[in-house]
Formats: sequence, structure tokens, C-alpha cells
Amino acid sequence: MPPLSKLGPVIALLAACVFFASQSDRFLSSQNFSLILQQVMVVGIIAIGQTLIILTAGIDLSCGMAMALGSVIMTKFAVDLGMNPYLAIGCGIAVTVLIGFINGALVTSVKLPAFIVTLGTMNIAFAVTQLYSQAQTVTGLPEAMGYFGNTFQLGQATFTYGTVLMLGMYVLTWLYLRETAPGRHLYAVGNNPEAARLTGIATNKVLLGVYMIAGMCYGIAALMSVARMGVGDPQGGQTDNLDSITAVVLGGTSLFGGRGSIMGTLVGVLIVGVFRNGLTLMGVSSVYQILVTGILVILAVATDQLTHKKG
Amino acid sequence: MNVKQCIALAVLTAAGGGAMAEEAIVGLITKTDTNPFFVKMKEGAQQRAKLKGAKLLTAAGRADGDNAGQVTAIENMVAAGAKAIMITPSDSKAIVPAIKKARAAGVLVIALDSPTEPQDATDALFATDNYKAGLLIGQYAKAAFAGKPVKIAMLDLFPGHPVGIARHNGFLAGFGAPGISAKTVGPAKTADVVCMADSFGDQGKGQTAMENCLQKNPDINLVYTINEPAAAGAYKALKALGKEKNVMIVSVDGGCAGVRDVKAGVIAATSQQYPLNMAGLGVEAGVEYAKNGKKASGYVDTGVTLISDKQQAGVESRDTAFGLNSCWGK
Repeated sequence: MPPLSKLGPVIALLAACVFFASQSDRFLSSQNFSLILQQVMVVGIIAIGQTLIILTAGIDLSCGMAMALGSVIMTKFAVDLGMNPYLAIGCGIAVTVLIGFINGALVTSVKLPAFIVTLGTMNIAFAVTQLYSQAQTVTGLPEAMGYFGNTFQLGQATFTYGTVLMLGMYVLTWLYLRETAPGRHLYAVGNNPEAARLTGIATNKVLLGVYMIAGMCYGIAALMSVARMGVGDPQGGQTDNLDSITAVVLGGTSLFGGRGSIMGTLVGVLIVGVFRNGLTLMGVSSVYQILVTGILVILAVATDQLTHKKG
Repeated sequence: MNVKQCIALAVLTAAGGGAMAEEAIVGLITKTDTNPFFVKMKEGAQQRAKLKGAKLLTAAGRADGDNAGQVTAIENMVAAGAKAIMITPSDSKAIVPAIKKARAAGVLVIALDSPTEPQDATDALFATDNYKAGLLIGQYAKAAFAGKPVKIAMLDLFPGHPVGIARHNGFLAGFGAPGISAKTVGPAKTADVVCMADSFGDQGKGQTAMENCLQKNPDINLVYTINEPAAAGAYKALKALGKEKNVMIVSVDGGCAGVRDVKAGVIAATSQQYPLNMAGLGVEAGVEYAKNGKKASGYVDTGVTLISDKQQAGVESRDTAFGLNSCWGK
């Protein structure tokens, strides 16, 4: 039988679904589930990058602000500079990859703790976003930027292309972690960097790569946010760093690195989304969502700690 | 037979559920769950919903400026079958596409407290006339200073926020600065204004802003504040330098703590607004639409009153006893 840390999140998600289905006749519909998927899309994609970094025993506080900067860059380049929208999107993603590179370089070559490095880049990215956008929302976007917000019907449900992309990214990351050598190395580095180095793994290369891949995820998340909201939002992403860490922890990934799964993160993201949606359908204040999330986070970390000691 | 009875019962229950869903559902989305202003707004909505036999859904952003959270709330309420949604937009522009989608789905959308940009993105706006709120405290300060030399510090909200700009410009117009109207774009600045700083409507940040303004110009003798928490912060900064006696603070909002500060002489005057009223009128309009399909439209002024215990000649005001009677928060 799989350990509790793996089953726990799925049980919590199912229990929440059963509870909300009993409370609201509108909860249990494919249309509502596709809506929840759309709502968790941005944090869901950010959480992929966050999971990879936490698996290496790191953490990234800059992800939400990197996402906001990416969204402002891509929209302003397209609207103000009249740049080809695809090129503008590329520029936005390039900037978030650059932030990932800076994070990774400072962690690997200067040996700074990830918490401090990303705390710094978080503030820098926020300030640059506000300065560059003059704290103004960017509107009047070209149609191409809204592509991932477009919908298609699948039976009763309406899906956006963005949710398909998100699910695809989860599957890809799952394969990467499971089937490829760099993916396996990532776990090794997270478990014991010194041992990993002695077995011939280029730990610094692995780490730098992880931070840059994470940066790319934030850029894609920026595009998703732009497609979903229809604007470039300089005030966005403010709680996405903590939200993504919450999802990773709820999904059973260990903050000490080396143990966890990407599909767990998807479940964690969905737990938060289901609570927000379900409580709104019930007419209950969203403060309860925060309360429940807090309790679940502590339960998840406690489970991790206890199984860790036994193992 | 038993199975058939079960099925019949299930069908009946389902039908009953359907009939239940016929009650008018209206939604209220505030900027946050914790600001007393919005707590009062929710209270007003709940009272009126109960009275009208409607079901009220509520949701909020995680923090001021959390547009994504408000978009999610709109979607969830449409999914929940809300016929009308009231919203206090955190980001006046960024929320517009989501509102458009909700309206396309046949939902009546009313902005409360502050407008969207453009204003006609919602069906109606129920709000305080923020320009007038500023104007009243400007007129009060002008009468109190009676031509004496003045050095003004202005503790604003945050850059680009229309409510902040409207109150700011209203205050200056009320103080007699020429050429400023409700249509002035961006925050105006006159020769009397020696310092402008953002307080984010927060006591701690208001205190810091005031400290820095006093560093810049120690002779400040009139302080405009966006709201009473910012005013309380400004007072702390002044008191630390022993200047609180010679400086007048004026503000906008009318929360209970703020009105008590007026009573205690911390704030000279404040413009009181009425969140209970906004939400109550909003629920009424929502239920009206759900039942009869009649849509509210345009701008509805929910009222503003100048509160002060020191009357100034030529400026109409009510005392703090009146203010405490109609305030919100603790």
C-alpha cells in the first residue's frame, strides 16, 4: 500500500468533493469541474516550477512576482511597442527565465540560501513591474494573447486550451521526473547533494537547470494569466508564491527535498480550488477556505515529518 | 413497488431542489474579508437579503489588489446561479473582461463603492460621491484656517486609484484651489501642498508617510488623509514630535474608530460614507432584477455627511453623536 503521504492528498480531495456535492446541487457537474480547472491554471503552472525547486530542497519566493513581470512585459511590448504578439510573449518568457537563471546562479555559485536569494529577486521583480507599468493595468491586447483563454466543448463541459496545456505540462513533468536521467538526478541532489556530487552528478548544473525551467513555467503562467484575465496585471501574483508552496506541501512533497511527486502537487492545487469554488456555491465566506487550507497544510507537513522519521 | 416508490421519492426531492433554486440568488464580492468597511457592507447585504427572502453569496479577494481572486469569485457565483452580482472592484480596469462575461450570461452587475473603468462596464454604480467627500473636508479646512498661511501634507491611497484621486482633488477644490474639478485627470498639486505620499489606507504606512513628510517640511500644519487609519498613523507621527496640537488632520470614511478619533480631537473632521446603504440598495436592485427583470442603471449616490464637533461657519456638518450612530466597525 502506498504511504499515507501519497494517499492523504487524494483522500482529502475526494472527501471535499463528496462534502460539497452533498451541500450544493450545482457542484457535481462537468461544467463546474472545468471551471475549477480554469481557476487553478495559473497557480497550477507556477506550482510545477515550485515543485521542482522544492524537490532540490530549495524554495522560490519570487515566482508570483516573476509571473507578474512577465505578464506586464509581454502585454506592454505588444500594446505599447506594437511588437508581434508571439515575439512579445517570447520576450516575457525570456525575462522570467532570466530571473530563474539569476536565482539559480546565486544559489549555485555564490552558495546563497534559496530563501534569501528569491526574497531579493521577488522584491526586485515587484519594483521593476511597478516602475515599468507605472502601476497601470495593460489593456487593449492583441487577440493572439487570449488564445489559451479560448474554449472548446467536451460534452457538457467547457474547457479552455490553457487547462489542456496545464494538464499536458503535468504529464510531461511526471515523465521527466520518472523516466529521464536529469529527472532522477534532481531527486538525488535534493536527498543529499554531497552524495550526489560524489556519484558524479553535476549538482550545480542540475540546480541551475531547475531554476531556469521553473522560470520558464512562470513565463507560461504569465501568458495563462493574460489569456484568462484579458489584461496585463501589475498587481497580480502577490500571493502566488505562498499559494504554490501550499499546493506543493498539500500534495505531499517534502520541504526537506528529495521526496514528493508532481501529480501530488496537481492534487494540492485542486484541493485549494475545490474549497474556494465549493464554499462560494454554499454561500460561505472565503475566510473558511483560508482556515481549512491552513489546517490541511499543517496536517500535510506533520504527516511528512512523521513518515520521514520512520523511513 | 418499493423501488418505484424510491424513484418517485427521488424525483420529488429533485423537483423540490429545483423549486428551492428559484429563490433569487445575489452575490457580493468585496476587496477583502477583513476590512470593517466591507464587513459592514456584507452585514447590510445580509440584512436586506433576509428581508427580501433572497439567498446571498459572498466572496472576497485575498488582499487589496487581488484581481484574480475577484475574477474567480465572479465565475463561481455565475456557476452558483446568481442573478445579480455586486462588486467593489480591486482593480478598476482588470476586472472588466470578467464582468463582461458575467453580463453576457445574463447577470446584472452593480459596482459598489468605486467605479470600473470605463464606468459603463457595469450596469450600475452605487457609491459615495468621493469627490464630494473630499470637497466637504476641503471646505471645512478652508473655513478653519480662514486665510492663515497653510502648508499641506496629503496622504493618498496608492498610485492611479480613482477613489484616491477623486477625494484628493475634491479636497483641493474645497480648499479653494482654482481649476480643479471632478473631471481633473490624476492627482492635482498646488503651491500649498508641500508633501504628497501614499499611505495605502493603512495606519502603519500612513505613519511612515507622515514621518517622511515632516522630515521634508517640518512646518506642515494641515494634513489630508485618504481614510481614518491613515489619519491615526499621521497623528502618531505628529505626536512623536510634539506637533499634534498645531496641526489639523482631516479625513474621509466615517468608521466608528475614526468618528471616535474625531470626538477625541485627533481628527478635526471626516466625511462619513454609508456602506450599509450601498449593499442594501444593491441587494434590492438584484432581487428586483431576479424577480421582474428590471435592470438598475446609472450612478446612485449613497450619501456622504461631514462629521465634526467643531462647527465652522458656512459649512454644514453633524456632530460625532450622529456619526457614532451610523458608523461601522468596532
